[in-house]
Amino acid sequence: MKLFNSKKLEPSGVDTTDNASTEPDKEQPWQELGLKQDEYEEIKNILGRRPTSSELAMYSVMWSEHCSYKSSKIYLRQFGEKVTPEMKKYLMVGMGENAGVVDIGEGLAVTFKVESHNHPSFIEPFQGAATGVGGIVRDILSMGARPIAIMDQLRFGAPNHPDTARVVHGVVDGISFYGNCLGLPNIGGETVFDSVYQGNPLVNALSIGSMKHEDLKLAKASNPGDLVILFGARTGADGIGGVSVLASETFESTGPTKRPAVQVGDPFAEKVLIECCLELFHAGVVAGIQDLGGAGISCATSELASNGGKGMRVQLKNVLLRDESLTPEEILMSESQERMCAVVPKKRLKEFESIVNKWEVEYSVLGDVIDEDRLYINWGHEEIVNVPPRTVAHDGPVYERPVAYPAYQNELNENSSAKLPRAKNATELATQLMQLIATPNQADKSWITAQYDKYVGGNTALSMPDDSGMIRVSEESGLGVALATDANGKYAYLNPYEGARLALAEAYRNVAVTGAVPRAVTNCLNFGSPENPEVMWQFKEATAGLADACLELGIPVTGGNVSFYNQSGDVAIYPTPVVGVLGVIDDVARRIPSGWQDDGNNIYLLGATYDELDGSAWAKDIHDHLGGQPPKVDLAKEKLLADLLHGASIQGLIESAHDLSEGGLGIAVLEASLRFNVGARIWLGDVLDRDGIDQTAALFSESQTRVLVSVGREDDVKFQALCDARGVPCLRIGVTDATSGLVEIKDIADLKLDDIRQGWSGVMSGLFD
Amino acid sequence: MKIGVITYPGTLDDRDAQRAIRLAGGTPVPLWHDDDDLKKVDAVVLPGGFSYGDYLRCGAIAAKAPATKEVIRLAAKGLPVLGICNGFQVLVESHLLPGGLIRNEKQHFICRDQKLRVENNETAWTSLFEKDQEILIPLKNGEGGYIATDDTLKMLEQENRIAFRYVENNPNGSMNDIAGITNERGNVVGLMPHPEHAVEAGFGPDTPTAMRSGIDGLLFFESVLKMVVNS
Repeated sequence: MKLFNSKKLEPSGVDTTDNASTEPDKEQPWQELGLKQDEYEEIKNILGRRPTSSELAMYSVMWSEHCSYKSSKIYLRQFGEKVTPEMKKYLMVGMGENAGVVDIGEGLAVTFKVESHNHPSFIEPFQGAATGVGGIVRDILSMGARPIAIMDQLRFGAPNHPDTARVVHGVVDGISFYGNCLGLPNIGGETVFDSVYQGNPLVNALSIGSMKHEDLKLAKASNPGDLVILFGARTGADGIGGVSVLASETFESTGPTKRPAVQVGDPFAEKVLIECCLELFHAGVVAGIQDLGGAGISCATSELASNGGKGMRVQLKNVLLRDESLTPEEILMSESQERMCAVVPKKRLKEFESIVNKWEVEYSVLGDVIDEDRLYINWGHEEIVNVPPRTVAHDGPVYERPVAYPAYQNELNENSSAKLPRAKNATELATQLMQLIATPNQADKSWITAQYDKYVGGNTALSMPDDSGMIRVSEESGLGVALATDANGKYAYLNPYEGARLALAEAYRNVAVTGAVPRAVTNCLNFGSPENPEVMWQFKEATAGLADACLELGIPVTGGNVSFYNQSGDVAIYPTPVVGVLGVIDDVARRIPSGWQDDGNNIYLLGATYDELDGSAWAKDIHDHLGGQPPKVDLAKEKLLADLLHGASIQGLIESAHDLSEGGLGIAVLEASLRFNVGARIWLGDVLDRDGIDQTAALFSESQTRVLVSVGREDDVKFQALCDARGVPCLRIGVTDATSGLVEIKDIADLKLDDIRQGWSGVMSGLFD
Repeated sequence: MKIGVITYPGTLDDRDAQRAIRLAGGTPVPLWHDDDDLKKVDAVVLPGGFSYGDYLRCGAIAAKAPATKEVIRLAAKGLPVLGICNGFQVLVESHLLPGGLIRNEKQHFICRDQKLRVENNETAWTSLFEKDQEILIPLKNGEGGYIATDDTLKMLEQENRIAFRYVENNPNGSMNDIAGITNERGNVVGLMPHPEHAVEAGFGPDTPTAMRSGIDGLLFFESVLKMVVNS
């Protein structure tokens, strides 16, 4: 194999390293590529000359906010610092790799991560969302794992805004198309509507994969002589976006002038690539592997070399192209989907070839690993890149951006919900409850989830509408994992520090109610512009809140993603830190559903209720009010509650458990009844007496650390004793009723299940069909 | 008893079909699309998925695969064949079964627990059901609307070749509420819903007695095993 032809050929017109030395003063479009003056100067310092146009393209994209985390890095460090040795016990791979890896026992591990694809999903909702799924799945695959499930966290603008349907249809279709074709069950997620996301919908996607401990793969090229192979889809002109300024500069008259900024996905190609990669891993022919996502070949080559502490020689003409007119700069930047880069020992090449041929996957050898701290990239016989890989991949700029306490913050926090009128009588309370269950945010989301395959794989133990998704990992033992994500933008807007802690607390509780034990955390931090000091303050507060809360709960952050610049003009989205919690369950047969199914079980409310209506669904959706301080959370109590739920589920004492969150107890009771269409008789008198609150607070307060459980009569004594022993407040507030077809709330209303269902289930199709 | 499961590129439910066969007491044999050796299996399942991406008409390319050609040859000799979802589309494209499958009426992919009525319990794959028995198994498809000419529909109705009909709700606009059909001989059956997703308590559809406890799909595989044993 001949990578580098030494024969002297005619110059091709590309900007070479020789040109860079002989024409040091050539004007370069660094500004159009998003670099700052001092960043451009720094590149010149590193290289001792001006960069070639290819190098400039590489640095500009790898030093972008998206790839380099330059504004967030100083805050993300605390996720690695605020940890105890105990928290690292199950952590096989922490932050910084494609995804974190967690030991779940029995020699098995899972890897999981959530990532954003917000901007592309607004521009081109279908492809943006589809490739968001594709990208996160490749991250999971590149750790050596078989992807086993996906989830999606969606935030759209106002439901009745004329543009919202375009985004909703596109995003849901895109996720459905890509995820279903990949054969990955979609096991849960969130859908929130708020006008603050009108110009910036959030499309976050989470994937989880499983593997044996010994199958773990890392993205590094550490053995000189190993081959660097690009395989999967061909490289085309998608996702190039900003780099087109270089193309138009180089090939003004002949080349395409405008390249599409959004990538196009092919889930069939990805499905084949997954099976092909897993067979390659199984055969042990791959020494290092990296998926191609943002920044394409630039990122894959520089990261593999940098992670391995080695260098690389690459012949860019060997890249298989979909479009022969692509310039070297475009090839380096292309974000064409469904591609992987493998590092393969020379003597394993034959085996590699036979496996990729079986799957009819195309590949080409780009170059090899060298024992030198240098990434050389040639275009034919001409050298177009000659850089230290670490400077591209890891040593980008780091900023401590200005931070300012928001001018609006005090007024916002002082504007409490205390002045809002409480419901005057039972009729008004009942009306408000029925109104809330039929708001787009509380309504049935099966219009969305019914478009996703939740069955494929045959291991889905829980999915929407239960509080967590749950997947069996071992068919032999039943060992499995539960996953829940949460973010409440309203809470985080009122108080970003507390908002992040609350998101963690709720995701943690959602996992605990299924009977699983929370073990690790991932996050996707969606914020406005980091160049706005008030946004940066929100980010600083939220990251501190999340890191502190993880330390308190004793579960580590394993990885995540930051998405900045989610704003239209001066209006930023609510700070939206999406937090995902992974739990482990020794046998998924033990999992607990979110609704009651049997007749005559006792219903208990665990945890205390305070008068906490600021930031609640009641304040926002009944009174159009957002102000004050979000509910308080005591994480020590949260932990105690999770321990209790785990203990009770091991002993088989609980028939159902449902976390209380948005909409409070009222909504939780209705949801638990709707789950299996089994009614209940509820009385609130004891809650009012014990906690000193009124009926409005009892029904709608969003106090934390509360769970609604149903317990068979035969287990009553045992269950109460368990609560007493652990000091968890426990109050019997009702009994399930499988025959009445009613949810009777004493002194308030007898609500027909059919009426509740009608209000709840028709909202989404009414809006979007 | 060996039951083959064909994997085409883009097949998704092959491992689920293998599990279903195992749980029914058979031995699943993985078969590869590109290999015309069906390894002397006693029956074949064409599982669900998106073979070759289904970018052309669903199942059209898979119908030309070497393994499918062998299935067509052996089906004529009585080999029991079950096509599920994409597998049903492959059987239709192979002309082992009549009619066609088009985009769902509402244009969306649908995943739901679906009630079916067993109309014909005299096929290789339905013999353990009662006639007119109502069963619950998951349905998940984007292009599951069954269509056929008036003559074909009439023939199917008259010859009792409608194996399953949707009950209570026709999810995809299928003509005559058809969920699945059989060939004249009763050895080839195709349906859109997924029996292999209702074979193991804990992972099937919700039933009135317990969450995810539905296992009505198991009888498909037990039926064919019983038939093979008896022959």
